[in-house]
Amino acid sequence: MINLEAPKKHAALIDQAHQVAMNMLRPISRKYDLAEHEYPKELDMLAAMIDGLDSSGASEGAGATGVRRDADSDDKTVKNGANLASVMSVAEMCWGDVGLLLTMPRQGLGNSAIASVANDEQLARFKGTWAAMAITEPGTGSDSANIITTAIKDGDEYVLNGEKIFVTSGERADSVVVWATLDKKLGRAAIKSFVVTKGTPGMKVERLEHKLGIRASDTAVITFTDCRVPAANLLGSPEVDVKAGFAGAMATFDNTRPLVAAMAVGVARASLDLIRDLLTEAGQDIDYDKPTYRQSAAVAKFLQLEADYEAAQLLTMQAAWMADNRKANSTEASMAKAKAGRMCSDVTLSCVELAGTFGYSEAELLEKWSRDSKILDIFEGTQQIQLLVVARRLLGLSSAELK
Amino acid sequence: MSLIKSTKKAASARLAPGGKNGISRDESRDPIGYAVAALNSFAQSDLIDKLGLRKTSEKVVYEATRGGFLAVGAASRQFAKAGKRGAAGKRPASAQPRGVFDLTPTEDEQMLVDVVTDFATEVLAPAAAEANDACAAPKEILQASLEIGIPILGVPEDLGGISGERSAMAGALVHEALAKGDMGLAVAALAPGAVATAISLWGTDVQQSTYLPAFTGDDVPAAALALTEPQPLFDPLAPLTKAVRKADGYVLTGVKSAVVRGAEAEVFVVGADLDGKPALFIIESATAGVKVEADPSMGVRAAGLTKLHLNGVEVGAEALLGDTEGKDYTECVRLSRLAWCALAVGTAQAVLDYTIKYANERIAFGEPISHRQAVAFMIADIAIEVQGMRLVTYKAASRAARGADFTREVALARRLCTDKGMKIGLDGVQVLGGHGFTKEHPVERWYRDLRAIGLMEGAVLV
Repeated sequence: MINLEAPKKHAALIDQAHQVAMNMLRPISRKYDLAEHEYPKELDMLAAMIDGLDSSGASEGAGATGVRRDADSDDKTVKNGANLASVMSVAEMCWGDVGLLLTMPRQGLGNSAIASVANDEQLARFKGTWAAMAITEPGTGSDSANIITTAIKDGDEYVLNGEKIFVTSGERADSVVVWATLDKKLGRAAIKSFVVTKGTPGMKVERLEHKLGIRASDTAVITFTDCRVPAANLLGSPEVDVKAGFAGAMATFDNTRPLVAAMAVGVARASLDLIRDLLTEAGQDIDYDKPTYRQSAAVAKFLQLEADYEAAQLLTMQAAWMADNRKANSTEASMAKAKAGRMCSDVTLSCVELAGTFGYSEAELLEKWSRDSKILDIFEGTQQIQLLVVARRLLGLSSAELK
Repeated sequence: MSLIKSTKKAASARLAPGGKNGISRDESRDPIGYAVAALNSFAQSDLIDKLGLRKTSEKVVYEATRGGFLAVGAASRQFAKAGKRGAAGKRPASAQPRGVFDLTPTEDEQMLVDVVTDFATEVLAPAAAEANDACAAPKEILQASLEIGIPILGVPEDLGGISGERSAMAGALVHEALAKGDMGLAVAALAPGAVATAISLWGTDVQQSTYLPAFTGDDVPAAALALTEPQPLFDPLAPLTKAVRKADGYVLTGVKSAVVRGAEAEVFVVGADLDGKPALFIIESATAGVKVEADPSMGVRAAGLTKLHLNGVEVGAEALLGDTEGKDYTECVRLSRLAWCALAVGTAQAVLDYTIKYANERIAFGEPISHRQAVAFMIADIAIEVQGMRLVTYKAASRAARGADFTREVALARRLCTDKGMKIGLDGVQVLGGHGFTKEHPVERWYRDLRAIGLMEGAVLV
């Protein structure tokens, strides 16, 4: 039966995340926006609490590792599982602060990667690690199949050489999931991911970026110089299967793109909630029945933004719901990411405009959200990459046909 | 809690399987049976064959008024008053929620959608261009729409319809599926159902007993839900049409617009201001003072749009449909907006399907134009936005079906479907370039039809 409400079974979890966001993240939001690169120590307590909830089962499997697709339970009943729980709670946390969510201990994108492709042994071994994700290189952004960081097998180890940039939590995390090629000549099929734990000789955090937004989250440049990693840290199959190609590595994106879309949904709602309050205070009540052209321009704008928000939110839930129910969701994940990314930019920037200098000032958070939002239309695949994914699938075209 | 249940007491004889083909009257259809039966009767109908060969459609009634002169309303049948005075009408039960996020239609809904989709693809789409030119829906098509039960979708089983519970969700799915074939023909086919649904939802026992049998029988009257008025900045919650109380009823004066198949309609449900609140009134077309004027518009032309002039129309006290506080009226406006959103989704999906095919076939610069990001990205955007429209519309519809408040959701769906629907209409033509501007392709019609979203009120209802 068609129903697009937040799942009843996740109500407590969502409420919990909302309370945490409101009472823990918001009070320190501006502090770490201003104090870029300073470690938000308050988060250690929060991470411990999240771990506790996780092991008690109260978190419904939500979080960075909630994206794992279980092989069991193939009955026909419709499921609201960990993927949906994750996007719902991530959106709530990002309603609090997306920068802080991104630097939440043990909730890194590397954790999602491990959860997506690790075997059971690796899953057990890397339990509790805080894993960052290192894909991008100075010469390779969206064309991640062209990475030149190498991994050469040497006995029981792989030797990594290369430079990674834009590594979220690269300094703070316990480990980094690094993409490297076993053999550049074999193309994308030879790209594998490796878990490299911090302190491994040859791995070095070179510097941290200064950024437009999500300043609470550290973004590192990391170099690997003859960095030796146990062969058992290669995630997934070590075989170079040219037929399967890039699929293994890219599968992570089907799971993480809805999470980033959820971040955009959360940030956008923060802006909408506040601007609605400000509009009401200014005597501009939203009337959902009256035609928009009979209401003020500000109210009409708000309704347009909220409608766009609603679409992005539901597209995000759809992508996660499909993952929970073991349906292929590459197209829907990219649709959600594309829609949520551009919606969030429009919503946060428009809300600043509606609020005038009040919104532009650091005295309020509207301006911060409109800076934070920009990255959400870039990382885990830019707007344009998402459109490429969607277009190729709809049109049935290869990457050679639709470049 | 099945939506389409064929019970002995429920469906009219036409819908029951028994009593013919050697089938016992005790037999009843389960949902699969219902869908199969509908498909079957549809497939056998020689009306369909005629449609393929038809050179000129039957546009008798509309032709008569096309020149724009005023005609008195169609001679209506005698709606014999029935039912218990003062008794409340029957109401469909709300759908029961499970609390699980789910995008899967129920089995019943899916089968309904499959049947209607076939109808839209095989019958509506091929007839759309001609119906657009004629400003009328061919009789055969309207007859075929009755055979698959379109008008009684929103009528509860107890009242002879097929709806086991509140049908807003199924209604939205049907509107979407029909509009994928053609919005104008969809509206023409759905219009009587809007009136039947309104009477089911808000009618008294007298009103239900008087009018619904006509809709659940074989000879379904044309009927129209008229809420819009030809005014810039029109607000449906503040209609200019006035209803004035008199001793034994009301006198209505005003002009309604976008009245579907008005020239042939036998009964109207009209929105009018009563003591400062909007209210609904049932008006039979033969009532003195009712005049219908052809009003061909930019799009949705196959629906035979007209203006309805009410000049001191006197109706009895039992003509008032629903309350006088504006509550039922407001719900009517919302449910009608929801129906238009679903129509927008269907037409937008048609644009997407068409542009995908065209862009892959059309060669320019030595390769299909789909190989260019400038074109491919437009199509990706259409796909993203149409799915967004669909989900937001479904959310509003599922809330309505559960009896939950859907004020916010339907407003957002309308905003989204208005903005994105029109953009999709624009881009659909743009992908085809100059070819899209000609009548060789349907995209120009979809462009005109999608402009209706956001300004239409009434006419359709889920």
